[in-house]
Order: sequence, then C-alpha cells, then structure tokens
Amino acid sequence: MQPQVEVSTVEENFSFYFTQGFRAALPIVLGYLPLGFAYGVLAREAGFSLWETVLLSVFLYAGSGQFIAVSLFSNGVALAAIIFTVFLVNLRHLLFSASFVPHLRRFKPAVLALLAAEITDETFAVAINHYAGHEPRLPYHFGLHLTAHSSWVLASLLGGLAGNLIGDPARFGFNFALPAMFIILLVMQLKDKKTLLVAGLAAVFSVAIALVWPGNWNIILATVLAATLGVILELWTGKS
Amino acid sequence: MDRQILVLILGTALVTYLPRMLPLVVLSRARLPEVFLRWLGFIPAAVLAALLAPGLLLPQGKLALTGNPYLLAAIPAGLVAVKTRSMALTIVSGMAAMVLFQYWL
Repeated sequence: MQPQVEVSTVEENFSFYFTQGFRAALPIVLGYLPLGFAYGVLAREAGFSLWETVLLSVFLYAGSGQFIAVSLFSNGVALAAIIFTVFLVNLRHLLFSASFVPHLRRFKPAVLALLAAEITDETFAVAINHYAGHEPRLPYHFGLHLTAHSSWVLASLLGGLAGNLIGDPARFGFNFALPAMFIILLVMQLKDKKTLLVAGLAAVFSVAIALVWPGNWNIILATVLAATLGVILELWTGKS
Repeated sequence: MDRQILVLILGTALVTYLPRMLPLVVLSRARLPEVFLRWLGFIPAAVLAALLAPGLLLPQGKLALTGNPYLLAAIPAGLVAVKTRSMALTIVSGMAAMVLFQYWL
C-alpha cells in the first residue's frame, strides 16, 4: 500500500504550505478589506452594476488600476484611453514577474501563467521576502494569492452592496495598513549598505518623479533607475 | 451587462495580465546573465521604497512635511519594524499611531 502513503504525505504537505500561504496573506487582507470596500463604493457611484463591480475585481485585480478605471469611466473618457492608462499604471508588474524567475523557474510554464494572474505589489513583496529564506512552494504561493484575491473580491462586493453607509475606514487607521506593511517588508529587505542606498535612491526618485509627472510612472521609473545605479555601483567598486 | 463596461473589464484585465505573466513564463526558459540577476536582486528593496515614499510624503499628491499623519505614523511603525521584525506588530502599531495622529492634527 505504498502509493496510498505517498498520496497522503503529498496532501499533508499541500495543506501545510497552503495554510502557510494563507497566514502570510492575512496582513495583506487587513489592508485590502477597507481598500476593496472603498473601490466597491466608488464603482457603484461611477455607474457600474454590482455584478460589474465584482467582475472587475475578479479579472483586473489591481487596486490603483481599478480606482483609475472607474473614475475615468465616470468622467466619460474613451475606452481605448482607459485601457491604455491602466496598462501603463500596471506595467510595474513586469518587474515583479521577472524577479520571481530565479525562484520559480523549475515549475511548469502553464502553472506559472496561472500563478502570475494574481501578482500584486503586496503579494510580490510578501512572497519575495519569504523566498529569501525558504524553498519556493506552489501551494504556499497559491495560498497567498488566493487568500489576498478573495479578500479583495469580497471587499468589493461588500462595498458595492453597502454604498456609503459605513463611513470612512480611515477613522480606524486602515488607511495605514498597507504603508505599514511596506515599511516592515522594506526593513526586512535592507540587509546591507548597498541595498539601503538603492532603496534611498528609489524613494527620492519616486517622490521627485511623482511631483513633476503625475500618473504612476514614478514607481517603475524610480525602481529601474535605482536598481540600475546599484548594479553600476557594484561593478564600479568591483564587489560581488 | 453594459457592453462598454464589458469591453472595459476584459480590455483592462488583458493589458494587466500580460506584463504579469510574460516575464515569468518566457524568462523561465532562458539563461539569465549574472548582471541581470544582480539587477533583479535590487528590485524588491527599490520597488518597496518607490511605493512607500510617495504614500508617506505626498498623501494628497503634494509634498506635506508638516502636519502629515502618514509621515508621523511611519516613525513608530518604522521603529517597531526595526526592533521586532514582526509584521503584525508593525501594522497594529502603525494603524494605532494613525488613529491618534489623525485625531490630534
């Protein structure tokens, strides 16, 4: 009965790592619930039905992109212009996706194509931090992604149902949940002086670019610029 | 369903999915040069700083160095993060600080 034993071990591993991913997603959920709720309210005000409000969270699943899409739509902007704007805003996911390659390359392309659909700023930051000290596991990664995505869809549904009944979630400090998460994840990334310098440069570039050029370009430009300077500096000083 | 909104949902979903999927699927089959791997190593810290800094310094899209609850709440949250390395404690202390600062300012 050897095969049965193996099957049950695989299943136990699956639920262990899936649960680990689920737990890792809980801080993200804390930030997504109020944000997704706010999106739901906004989408209904922009003229989306409840069904359409939820579908955008299922298929687009990108916070800033969704806020921008519904507000441009309510301002009567042409569809092609909305789609192109969302494309630009979400182009930063290229970097996240590429950063996962060294960790996830041993898995099948079809599985990766599925996994990639739910990459966000927050799930990327949590997973890449985890992979600095842990072996990559698909159940962990899917557990993380599915939990975060479900909370986003659920929050949009509740926001779409409730409208503006509850008031501003900022009263409870929820507006600081995601910045606080970025703070701890950044602190965990700062392992040496080079990385600290690159992060400092990225912060300065991001703010400076956002001030002169509105429209979310700052994130991708500042990141690429700072990381490139980091590599140049490394080559310059001859350190590996 | 509204036809315009249907096109919007499918169109925005597609142009968001492609940049999420293509590097992971295509580059996984290629050998990556050492310098590119080093470059990727800087991406997490750089992108986190690039996401965080405008949220703290430009809460309404304009530079706010005083009377800014986001910037103030980042101080206790940052200290807790460095001291404890705990995500839960950082988020809870950051949110609590945010409630206090919003109330006072």
